[in-house]
Amino acid sequence: MALSNVLETPASGFNFDNAARNSALEGLFGGGQTPKPLKTGTTIAGVVFKDGVVLGADTRATSSEVVADKQCAKIHYIAPNIYCCGAGTAADTEKTTELLSSNLAIFSLNSGRNPRVVMGVNILQDMLYRYHGQIGANLILGGVDCTGNHLYSVGPYGSVNKVPYLTMGSGDLAALGILEDGFRPDLELEKAKELVRVAIHAGIMSDLGSGNNIDICVITKEGVDYIRPYRESEYRDNRKMKYKYRPGTTPVLTEKVVPLKLEVVQETVQQMDTA
Amino acid sequence: IVPVAGLCPQGAYGVQDSLRGGFSSVKNELLPSHPLELSEKNFHLNQDKMNLSTLRNIQGLHAPLKLQMEYRAARQIQRLPFLQSSHLALDTLRGSDDVIGFEDILSDPAQSEMMGEPHLMVEYKLGLL
Repeated sequence: MALSNVLETPASGFNFDNAARNSALEGLFGGGQTPKPLKTGTTIAGVVFKDGVVLGADTRATSSEVVADKQCAKIHYIAPNIYCCGAGTAADTEKTTELLSSNLAIFSLNSGRNPRVVMGVNILQDMLYRYHGQIGANLILGGVDCTGNHLYSVGPYGSVNKVPYLTMGSGDLAALGILEDGFRPDLELEKAKELVRVAIHAGIMSDLGSGNNIDICVITKEGVDYIRPYRESEYRDNRKMKYKYRPGTTPVLTEKVVPLKLEVVQETVQQMDTA
Repeated sequence: IVPVAGLCPQGAYGVQDSLRGGFSSVKNELLPSHPLELSEKNFHLNQDKMNLSTLRNIQGLHAPLKLQMEYRAARQIQRLPFLQSSHLALDTLRGSDDVIGFEDILSDPAQSEMMGEPHLMVEYKLGLL
């Protein structure tokens, strides 16, 4: 139906029409019961080792005090050689990393080159600074490119930090303690994986917003090893998604086999035209 | 919270058109309801201004002048207001034809739920309303 009060096509991008309404509604409720966005309340960590980068994350997503997702995937794909862990508002990290991945894919198709981690960091920084922290995405980007192994962290206001080991999220202080103690330059792969696992474990133990399983993603020059889950929680429930009965549940009383007699009536051979 | 002047309706004499726009309050016209509202509305304008002034300082007056002339030419060849134009020439000039941002995903005008009345939209665009 054609409306007479629409005089221009609406601008694309974020729409702030409901902001005034929302602030008026908040006043009505007297400071409570407004819907809270799904936060990931997380522990994420990253470590640069001799041959590449190891990223680790827990798998719990919370919505204020309720665990909303026990199997949340917090390590997002950006490019074949770059992965990103995201903490903060779940939808924001998801969409921001998807946009980054699309932009880097367009770039690598246009130029024929593999994207570099520093390009992803710059794109994220510009995007997040433009929105002045309203997009709640705390991200750890790690990857291996032609210039080496890199690990960056990007804050919601667009701040960038480049260090060999990083943690973010609500459990970051506990995990950072483990990394500060155990990190050495040029670690071996197994030691690096164990270090990240212990760091995420410390975050899970000390923070209510982190929990359930631990995911690990190892990025090297040869390829990516996304181990999900690397370590399952001891308190997982054994609910199965499919309820199929094992063969042998119903006892077999009698069995009768009647072979079908088939006779060849007509046989035609047609040559396939492979010209 | 600083009052700003960019939110007033731009009708004749700056008066709110109650028939079409509904009731308004002074507060809505002076104070932005969201901290990002004003900066997002003028984002591309401000970025272009900044880039063109840097270009003028580096390369002289002719460079931004020629670019702006090309932008104006590309902006004039769109379709009528109520139809979707692809803005291909404008995107190519700006360099935004190989970048995806939130403005390509959210509130796509091609999928807008509200349709305007074509005669009114053309009259508004021509300034006859």
